[in-house]
Amino acid sequence: MLEIKDLHASIGGVEILKGVNLLVNPGEVHAIMGPNGSGKSTLANVLSGNPSYTATSGQILFEGKDLLSMLPENRARAGLFLCFQHPTEVPGVRLDHFMRAGFNSIQKSNGLAEMDVLKFDKFLNEKVGIVEMDRNLTKRSVNEGFSGGEKKRNEILQMAIFDPKLSILDEPDSGLDVDALRIVAEGINYLRSPEKSVILVTHYQRILNYIVPDKVHIFMHGRIVKSGGKDLASEIESQGYDHLENLDESLQSSL
Amino acid sequence: MTERRTTQESAYLEDLESLEKNVYGSDPSWARDLRKAAMSKFQNLGFPTARRGNEEWKYTDIGPVAKVKFQSFGSDVQSLVNAKNVESFSLGEKSWSQMVFVNGSYVEDLSSVSSLPSGVMVLNLTEAIRSVPELVQQYLAHYADYEANAFTALNTAFIHDGAFIHIPDGILVEEPIRLLFLSTSKDEEEPVSHPRVLIVVGKNSKATVIDGYVGVPNGRYFSNGVTEVVVGDGSRVEYYKVQQQSDNAFHITNTDVSLGRDSYFSSINIDMGGKLVRNNLHVLTEDEGSSCVLNGLYLVNGTQHVDNQVIIDHAKPYTTSRELYKGILDGKSRSVFHGSIIVREGAVKVDANQVDKNLLLSDQAEADTKPAFWVYCDDVKCGHGAACGKMDEKAVFYMRSRGIDEKTARGLLTKAFVSDVIQSIANESLRSQIDDLVQFKIQEWVDR
Repeated sequence: MLEIKDLHASIGGVEILKGVNLLVNPGEVHAIMGPNGSGKSTLANVLSGNPSYTATSGQILFEGKDLLSMLPENRARAGLFLCFQHPTEVPGVRLDHFMRAGFNSIQKSNGLAEMDVLKFDKFLNEKVGIVEMDRNLTKRSVNEGFSGGEKKRNEILQMAIFDPKLSILDEPDSGLDVDALRIVAEGINYLRSPEKSVILVTHYQRILNYIVPDKVHIFMHGRIVKSGGKDLASEIESQGYDHLENLDESLQSSL
Repeated sequence: MTERRTTQESAYLEDLESLEKNVYGSDPSWARDLRKAAMSKFQNLGFPTARRGNEEWKYTDIGPVAKVKFQSFGSDVQSLVNAKNVESFSLGEKSWSQMVFVNGSYVEDLSSVSSLPSGVMVLNLTEAIRSVPELVQQYLAHYADYEANAFTALNTAFIHDGAFIHIPDGILVEEPIRLLFLSTSKDEEEPVSHPRVLIVVGKNSKATVIDGYVGVPNGRYFSNGVTEVVVGDGSRVEYYKVQQQSDNAFHITNTDVSLGRDSYFSSINIDMGGKLVRNNLHVLTEDEGSSCVLNGLYLVNGTQHVDNQVIIDHAKPYTTSRELYKGILDGKSRSVFHGSIIVREGAVKVDANQVDKNLLLSDQAEADTKPAFWVYCDDVKCGHGAACGKMDEKAVFYMRSRGIDEKTARGLLTKAFVSDVIQSIANESLRSQIDDLVQFKIQEWVDR
């Protein structure tokens, strides 16, 4: 599904990613955990093609295609989806119109039928239940005046609408209370399938109580310093990231 | 030394003298006296070309208008315009009444005035001056002050054809009444016209007027309009002004509105064309409980310059005003918004709010916005907001990440910026037409 090889990336001339390697197979859920400022959100943004970030070297293959040479819209059309940590407000653009525009452009580029307003409305009615979202919210401007929880649910709703092959969830748990976290996590679980992969970027272990990952990677100082199974997350929960600092230093000195 | 052209005030005087002799002869004497007085005032005032210390014209150089010798009467241009041209420029629905003017002259053959409730008058002003002189005289030039404003004086000096709309008390006119002022030129001609509109709505009545200013593409012409609107007690008037003249056109309008007790007036001013555009909108709340909504939208590109001056004079208590002007600027264009709110002594409980926001699509475009409050009463609520910003690149990326291509994303976001002004157009078919026009124009810019 996705293969990242020695990826380096910077923002505003400052190098943030310093050699990331990752292999994600179809159906796998990978959790990427790390302290604030470790670069894990940068990885999510580089994968989705945010023009504020520059990949300086390395390679990303998405189903064998060179992802870095693709425009953000073409990445979306190829089946990649970013669930934003801080979804943008778009005043004046109705959420349902926005989602239909995106959905239809993806359908079109894949040679599939586009949906008219009525059909899409029905389709949307079926999907809002997944995240227990008020259907009226979709008639308002995109994210405008939405609470933190509503914004996150809206991201998962879009994930359900676009039905991507690879979802990159950038801290879908941040700013959520226990109820909202459960709804978001259940939505993500509902969308899991043997063909679809998920990269879940998170600071805390708590969302992993709901979403059980296949692999856990610890991200520090711009690279993965340790990988393991789901137990690695519990280790972080009990011991914190600090005890891995030495690990990172030894890794650095070995380079 | 380059040759300096002088301003053309005296040429207008000569033109008027010739018109009085050859065309305006059969008008009543009061109309001839009015023109004469206004011309004399215009000669005294001159074009406001001096900008130093002149707040009103600080950001807009009127020199290009003042120095050109425009033709007050040219060849028979009516032959250049046919029903098809008119249809392509018309807004709203075909069945609605429409008066058509070409370079200021009323063209009956292209107009259709029908299906109006009895008692409603929609007349060419020249005809009204002759057939209902007392009624016209009671209102004409009483609201647009030619004593202090050179362009109003110039327009008044050429009062002839125009629109006279009179709605008696207690009549609800549901269908919009349309006015279309079309400018056209042949060969090297540069015509000037002085569109004049007088809308008088009695008590507890209702009217909607769509005032369109259009012209042949690339034509250079000057239209200098004056519109007076009198809204009677308890009445409701929706006024739409849509300007789509050529990118070489000079367009100046003065709109003066008087609001009676508990009346409502809305104005939506849309500028999509013109090289140099200046709109003065002046609303006077003459009695208690009246309210107005004054919205505007301007889309400018290249070297276009659009200047909106809005004055709301809250002369009486319990009056409300809402202003929302939005602009999209590209190229080296420039916009000016100068909004003044006056609250007179004793005008308690006035509630006024003014907002001007601009989206700059280019680094070389410039928007100047200047709110001014003159408040002589304590017990009031006044607010204002102004903003100039660029495209939200985060929103562009957000849309692209959902599969929407970059140009479409930019088009959608640009259009979204003015969606609230478009949504404020109450008439549905006009709203959807304006929506399409704006969408088309924006996508044209974005795709370039």
